[in-house]
Amino acid sequence: MAHIRTTAASPAELAGLLERHAYLCDDGLATACFLALRMGRPLFLEGEAGVGKTELAKTLAAVLDAPLIRLQCYEGLDASQALYDWDFPRQLLHLRAAEAAGVTDVARLEGELYHRRFLLARPLLQALETTPSVLLVDEVDRADDEFEAFLLEVLSDFTISVPELGTVRAEAPPAVVVTSNRTREVHDALKRRCLYHWLEHPTFDREVAIIRRRLPDAAGRLAGQVARAAQRLRAADLLKPPGVAETLDWAEALVALGARDLDPGTAAVTLGTVLKYREDQQRVRAAGLGALLDGG
Amino acid sequence: MDAGRDVTETMVGFARTLRAAGCPADPERVRAMLGALDHLDVLAPADVYWAGRLTLCADPADLPRYDRCFAAYFSGATARPGRPAPPPPTLRRTLTDGARPPAPDGADDPEVGTAAASDVEVLRDRDVARLGAAERAEVGRLIALLDAATERRRSRRFEPAPTGRPDPARTVRETLRRGGEPAPPRYRAHRTRPRKVVLIVDVSGSMGPYADALLRFAHAAVRSGGRSVEAFSAGTRLTRLTRELRHRDPDAAMAAASAAIPDWSGGTRLGAELKEFLDRFGQRGLARGAIVVIASDGWERGDAGLLGEQMARLRRLAHRVVWANPHRARPGYEPLTAGMAAALPHVDDFTSGHSLAALEDLARLIGGGRVRGSAHARRAR
Repeated sequence: MAHIRTTAASPAELAGLLERHAYLCDDGLATACFLALRMGRPLFLEGEAGVGKTELAKTLAAVLDAPLIRLQCYEGLDASQALYDWDFPRQLLHLRAAEAAGVTDVARLEGELYHRRFLLARPLLQALETTPSVLLVDEVDRADDEFEAFLLEVLSDFTISVPELGTVRAEAPPAVVVTSNRTREVHDALKRRCLYHWLEHPTFDREVAIIRRRLPDAAGRLAGQVARAAQRLRAADLLKPPGVAETLDWAEALVALGARDLDPGTAAVTLGTVLKYREDQQRVRAAGLGALLDGG
Repeated sequence: MDAGRDVTETMVGFARTLRAAGCPADPERVRAMLGALDHLDVLAPADVYWAGRLTLCADPADLPRYDRCFAAYFSGATARPGRPAPPPPTLRRTLTDGARPPAPDGADDPEVGTAAASDVEVLRDRDVARLGAAERAEVGRLIALLDAATERRRSRRFEPAPTGRPDPARTVRETLRRGGEPAPPRYRAHRTRPRKVVLIVDVSGSMGPYADALLRFAHAAVRSGGRSVEAFSAGTRLTRLTRELRHRDPDAAMAAASAAIPDWSGGTRLGAELKEFLDRFGQRGLARGAIVVIASDGWERGDAGLLGEQMARLRRLAHRVVWANPHRARPGYEPLTAGMAAALPHVDDFTSGHSLAALEDLARLIGGGRVRGSAHARRAR
């Protein structure tokens, strides 16, 4: 089976390509993406909320110049929403039209009814039929474990069999990114099929670089101050430590307010962009916002 | 790495070291790792590191183990392939070693060899801390047979059912399928799903005589409850044991669990542990709507205030909070320890779990049943 071609010949080169699309990643993640593309294996990403799991899939799609097909998982997700479904109303319409036109060849008409054009492709089928493509199976831990079973089936062979139509096989398997927030343990069989990567919060330097790359308007000092404050918030034992997504929101809010510096005043009015729990906000306010900013 | 040694041989040896350390480096994963190395530079340590880490690990808990093994194996310091890793310490040794701290009331000397033909009925109500080795083995075997199937809760989702509410979508689809001919109405009903159960077993020194039985109980629950049961050990460090306890054989599961627990017979920082549990797992969903069982004597060395605060938080998230304190069964027991007193107002069921019969009751509690003769009233102080 041919896999999606990348121009990147090494993880470092792929990291460069991702960076050109404003996604900064470390060696581990670059190697993970590189191997996922080269080996045609799904990439299983776990990590705190907001460390950039979903964003990676989007950027990968941009790098490969391929459409991103997203399957958001939820409790109760079933095959007719993830794989395919028959379009009954259109089939019926087709029958009526045939009736009106006086078609008498019943066998041919029946054959026509289960034609590909009456099949509604849901994300998994869509991804197999689109070459190249990037398939994002988001928050797989939210789906039921039965769903994992048929996801495993699709991801091992990259085929889906439709009884009335036959087997749909991917010309080249899509690049697959599976994310999980670890609200429950995902079955080992699924993980075994994948490359497993645990995403950490970025280091201070990388976070500064990410803010600068994403928000060129953030003044030099502001990016450093926001990143330092975010690092301190993560160490501060909160209910929900901020992820990169929140840091970026925060910096963006400050830029929108025209702030050139993060000081206790501007931090107080924008705290809601980075801390989303009342207890966390109270705790940080009680400790003094100044403590977040010292030494910047 | 020796120049003469085959890459495959080296990496298979590395995988064996990893398996001994508890990572899931099974043959399929090893094959994936060798495949990954084909695309990378075998001589670059960073590439070898990532090729292994991406394919041989499956859980954040594996990562520190992987780092340790990687450093040890490739520096050539320890664990050459061919020499099996020393077997992990077993639970029995931990429990019967002379180094074990004495139980709080000093009544823990196993009556060696008295158990040969004990009647199950007699054993059922005996305190597990006072059993001889043979009796303990027998009780362990009986605990493994406990069925701790979990209560079912109503899901928000529907499923087709023979009776219940009308199911417009399926009825219309069925009608369309028949070309517009009226079809018999279809019905749907709420699905039920097993309620999540979280067991947190205190393995600190003061719980020593009971930890084995309670972990065996956790094993039985994890085995019979499928994927809806999670188990943790607490002491000075919170450890997730679900995967270790999933092993079919109770003794193998116990060995794996004892290898994974870093803080056997240490102190207790229950408040901090509970906080860590809630921060890392509970709040994200593990404790939401779950039955949370804490098996501990409540001898808190840390701040009892923190324990109370975290218990209140747990209570808000969980469906029911059950506290099993083996000392509760002692005549004249009063929950006087600071930790226990702080926790009790936030506990729905206060039970014991000191004997086989008590563990059967606990299993029934998890299954949503009521328990004979147990103080059920929610305590408000």
